[in-house]
Amino acid sequence: MGGGAVRIGVTIFPGSNCDRDALYAVERMGAEPVELWHADADLKGSDAVIVPGGFSYGDYLRPGAIARFAKVMAALEDFARSGGPVLGVCNGFQVLTEAHLLPGALLRNAGMRFVCRRVRVRVEATETPWTSSCEPGEELTLPVAHNEGNYFADPVTLKQIEADDRVVLRYLENPNGSANDIAGICNEDRNVVGIMPHPERASDPALGSEEGIRILRSILAEARL
Amino acid sequence: MKVRILVRPKSGILDPQGEAVRSALPALGFKGVGTVHVGRLIEMEVESADAVDAMCTHLLANPTIEEYEWEVGR
Amino acid sequence: MNLQETYTSLGFSDFEYDRILELLGRAPNYLELSLFSVMWSEHCGYKNSRPLLRRFPNSGLRVLQGPGENAGVVEVGEGWALAFKVESHNHPSAVEPYEGAATGVGGIIRDILAMGARPVALLDSLRFGPLGEERNRYLFREVVRGIGGYGNAVGVPTIGGEVEFAGAYSGNPLVNAMCVGLIRTEDLVRSRATGEGNLVLLLGSKTGRDGIHGATFASDELTEESESKRSNVQVGDPFAEKMLIECCLKLLDESLLVSLQDLGAAGIASSASEMAAKGGVGIEVDAERVPLRETGMEPYEVVISESQERMLAVVEPDKVGRVLGLAERYGLVGAVIGRVADHGELRVKNGGETVGSVPAEYLADAPVYEREVVRPAYLDEAQSSDPEDYPQPDDYNLVLKKMLAHPNLCSRRSIFQQYDHQVGVDTVVLPGADSAVMRIRGTKLGFAVTTDGRGRHCYLDPRGGGAATVAEAYRNLSCVGAEPVAITNCLNFGSPEKTEGYYQLAECIEGIAQACEAFGTPVVSGNASLYNETEAGAVYPTPVVGMVGVLEDVSRYATPGFKREGDIVVVIGSGSRVSLAGSDYLEVVHGRVAGEPPEPNLDAEKKIADLVREMVRSGLVDTAHDISGGGELVAVAKMALAGGLGIEYMEGEFERKLAGQGRGRADVALFGEEYGAFLVAVPWERWAELRGALGGDEGYYRIGTVGGDSVKVGDVIDVKLSELREAYERDLFGAPGGAEVTH
Repeated sequence: MGGGAVRIGVTIFPGSNCDRDALYAVERMGAEPVELWHADADLKGSDAVIVPGGFSYGDYLRPGAIARFAKVMAALEDFARSGGPVLGVCNGFQVLTEAHLLPGALLRNAGMRFVCRRVRVRVEATETPWTSSCEPGEELTLPVAHNEGNYFADPVTLKQIEADDRVVLRYLENPNGSANDIAGICNEDRNVVGIMPHPERASDPALGSEEGIRILRSILAEARL
Repeated sequence: MKVRILVRPKSGILDPQGEAVRSALPALGFKGVGTVHVGRLIEMEVESADAVDAMCTHLLANPTIEEYEWEVGR
Repeated sequence: MNLQETYTSLGFSDFEYDRILELLGRAPNYLELSLFSVMWSEHCGYKNSRPLLRRFPNSGLRVLQGPGENAGVVEVGEGWALAFKVESHNHPSAVEPYEGAATGVGGIIRDILAMGARPVALLDSLRFGPLGEERNRYLFREVVRGIGGYGNAVGVPTIGGEVEFAGAYSGNPLVNAMCVGLIRTEDLVRSRATGEGNLVLLLGSKTGRDGIHGATFASDELTEESESKRSNVQVGDPFAEKMLIECCLKLLDESLLVSLQDLGAAGIASSASEMAAKGGVGIEVDAERVPLRETGMEPYEVVISESQERMLAVVEPDKVGRVLGLAERYGLVGAVIGRVADHGELRVKNGGETVGSVPAEYLADAPVYEREVVRPAYLDEAQSSDPEDYPQPDDYNLVLKKMLAHPNLCSRRSIFQQYDHQVGVDTVVLPGADSAVMRIRGTKLGFAVTTDGRGRHCYLDPRGGGAATVAEAYRNLSCVGAEPVAITNCLNFGSPEKTEGYYQLAECIEGIAQACEAFGTPVVSGNASLYNETEAGAVYPTPVVGMVGVLEDVSRYATPGFKREGDIVVVIGSGSRVSLAGSDYLEVVHGRVAGEPPEPNLDAEKKIADLVREMVRSGLVDTAHDISGGGELVAVAKMALAGGLGIEYMEGEFERKLAGQGRGRADVALFGEEYGAFLVAVPWERWAELRGALGGDEGYYRIGTVGGDSVKVGDVIDVKLSELREAYERDLFGAPGGAEVTH
C-alpha cells in the first residue's frame, strides 16, 4: 500500500457504540478511517483494523459471543492469520477472545459493578504494531469503562503469555480483578492485540489527555512498512 | 422437541456472581448456604437434537470458561 | 362487573364517565373506554396540573420549541440546538427498580429522538428513603444498576445527576431521567400528523402485553396491591434502542419522514391520538397489522400496550419501501399499521372491521380540575421551630466529618463510576463538578447541564423552595461558566386531591415561575408525577429542575477543586442571612427538619451568579463552587478534597463570621445555609484583578489561602484532608452502618 494515508478499518456491529469514537481518533491521527459494516464481506483495503468497544448484540449470551459470527469476521480472521494488525478495544478484546484470535476470556468484574474511571497502566510488550512507538515500561493513565474486564486464562496459558512477553498493558491499579493485573495481551504472532482500556478516549487535549494516542500512533509507522 | 441446556462456570473458575449470591444470602437471614454457582438456562424448540452439542460448543457456551449439560424435555 | 365497576376499575370518576357519554353522544365500548382510561389518566392527561402549569413562562429569544412537543428545544449557536426533557418513572421503579429505571432512561431517550435529535447526554435525579433500611438499599442499588445497564449499553453517556435520602421518600422513590440531544436547527422534527393518505408506520420492537394500563397505574397511590401489579412493569432492551436511534437518525437524514413520535405511556393510543389532534386530522390503526410478540392479543391490548423501543412515523406512500428497507438493515421491526385520514378520529380496526372510534381531540382533552389553594396546617408548626434552640457541639472537627460522610453530602463517586460518562468523546467536564460540560464538536461551543431538587426546602416553604430550586440550578451552571438558557422540570408531588398536596403543587409552581422570570430561563418542557404517596404519607414536594446553559468557548470553564498552593480563597455573597432552618446541619446533627428557610432574593442571586460566570468566561477564575447544602465549611472542604490541597483561614476571619452572620454561634457561621453565595480561588497575583471585577458592593471577603494538607479555621477546625477523605469517599453501596463516623 504505497502512498496515500494509512487506511484503518473500524468494525461496526449492531450495538457497537465506540465505533464513532474510534473513527474520530483515527481521523485526528491523520489516518483514513474506514467503516466496516458487520455484514460486509471484505475489509475494503484496510491496512489495519480496530474492533471497537460497546455492547455488540447487547452483550447478549456473553459479550462478543454473537459478534464473532458476523460476516465481516471471516475476512478479519483471514487478515489476522496472514499477519494483518488488529486491535480489539474493550468489547473488541472480548470479540477477539471469543473468535479465538486471542487466548483466554473476559469475566465479570470481581467487584460485580460496571467501572468507569481512569486507571494507571504500564506498557510492557512494545514489539507489536500497536505499541511500537511506546517505551517499554512507560506508564499511562487511560480510561476504562466495562462490566466484564476481568481477564482469565488457565494457568498454562497464563504462564506462556508471560514467558513470551505478550502482556501488552498491565494495570498498576487493578480495577476488575484481572489475573496478573493483565489489561491487554497480544497473540503469538504479535499482530493481534486486545486491551480493555480505551485509547480513543484519551486522544484529544480538549478532553484532558492525549496519552491514548501513544498507543494508536504506533500503527501509522507500522502500517506503512 | 424441547431441549433444556444448562451452562455453568467450569469448576475452578472464579465465579464473581456466585460469590456475590453466596455472601448475600446469609445477610438476608438464610443459614447453611455453601457454595453457589450462577449459570444460564437456555430452552429451545428444535426439530432434531443431533446438532445440540455443536450449538453448545460453538455458541451457547464458551468452552474456555464454561461447561454445559442438556436434556430433551417433555 | 357492572358498568360502574368497569369504569371505576379503569380509573374513572362518575363525573368523568358522564362527560364521555356527553362528548360521544353514546356509550363507549370497552376498547374506547380503555382509550379514554389511559388518555385521561393523570399521567397522560395532566388533569390536576394543567391549569397551574399555565403559570410557567415558556418563551424566550433562544426558544425554538416550548412545551407541547416531545421535548423542548433551544438554540445554542452556529446553527446548533439542544432538545431536552426530564421525565419521571417513579411508580414502576418502586415495584421493579432495575427495569423501572432502565425503561425510564429508554423512554426519555426516545422523546429526544422524536425531535430528530441525536441523544448525547443523560442525567438522573434520584430520591430514596434512608439507607439504614434494607428495602431502600435494594431500591437504590437496583435503580443505579438499571440506569447504568441501559444508558451504558445504548451508548449515551450519563454525565450528571443527584441523589438524596430522606424518610419522606421511603416507599416512594423518585426516579427522574433527563436526556439532552443535539440537532441542527433546520433539522428539527415535529410530531403532528399531516397529509390524508400518508401512511402510519411502527418501527422498533414487537408488541406484547407490557404495561397494559401502566398509565393508569402511574396515577395511583402505591399500596400492597401494587406489588401484584408487577406484571404491569415493562422490561427494556437497550440493544434494540441503540439500533432504533441509528435507524431513525438515518431516516431523518434521508428526509423520509413527515413526522415522528415515540411510543410511551399508553402506547399507540396515546401517540396516534396526539399526532392526530396536533395535526387536526384523524388516524386509522389496524391492530391486525401490528407485529406481535404474544399470541391472542385483543385489539384494545394492542393499542394500549406499552412495549418499549417503538416509534410511530408518518410517511408518504412512495417512501415507505425505503423506510422498511432501512428498518430491516438495522434489524428492527417495521410495518405499515395505518394511515392518516380526514375524519379527525382515532379509529381502531381489526382487519377490515372497525372496533372503536373516538375523535382524537376528545382523547387529548382530559377534563381539568382546579381546586382551592388552602394553606395546610402542618406549615405553621414546621416553620415555628427555632433552629437555634439546640446546644452547640463540642467537637467541630467531628461534626465536619459527620457532615461529609452523610449520604446527602458525601462523594457520589461510587455512583457515577457505574455510569459510562465518556462514550462519545465529547465530555469536557466529568461528573464531580457543579455541572457537567460537553463540547459541540466542530465549534468552540459547549453546553452545561444540571438537575437539582430541594424537597426538604419545598416542604418547609413551597414557594421559596420552588424558587430556590431554580436558583440552585442557575448557580451550578454559572459556576462552571455557562450561561443558563432554559429549564425542563419534573414535578414530583403527593396527591393533588389533598389540601397539602395541592397547596404544595400550586405554590412550588408559583415559586418556579417567579424564578424563571427573574433569571430569564423559560420552561420549555416537563412532566408531572402526582400521587407519590403511600399509606404512610406523601413525599416531600420535590420539583426537579433540569437546566441547560451555553458556553461560548468551551475551553473556558471552572471546576471546584483547589488547583495551586498559595491561591487566595474568596467568598462572594454577603452571608448575612445564613440560617440553620431546614439545613443539612440541622438534619444530620440534630435529626430535625424544621424552621422557616430564608426567602430567596432572586435579583441578588442573579447578579452574583452572573458576575461569577463572567469572571470564569474571561479566564480570571478557574476554580469556583457554589455554597449550598452544609454551608460554607462543607463547600470549602469539598473544594479542598477535589483538589487534594488544604486551606487555612486567615486570622480573624472566623471571628468576623462568628460576630456577623453567626450571631455568636459557630455552627451557624460554619454550616448555616443561605443562597446565592459562591467561593472562588485565584492566584495571589490576580487578587487585585479579582477585586476590580467584583467592584463595589457585592459583599465579598477573602477568607484564606490554599495550601497544606489540612483544613484549618481559627481554633475551631483543624483536621487532616486524609481524615476528611476517608469520611467523604465512602462507598454508598457498602455495608450499612459501615461509614458511621464516631471519632
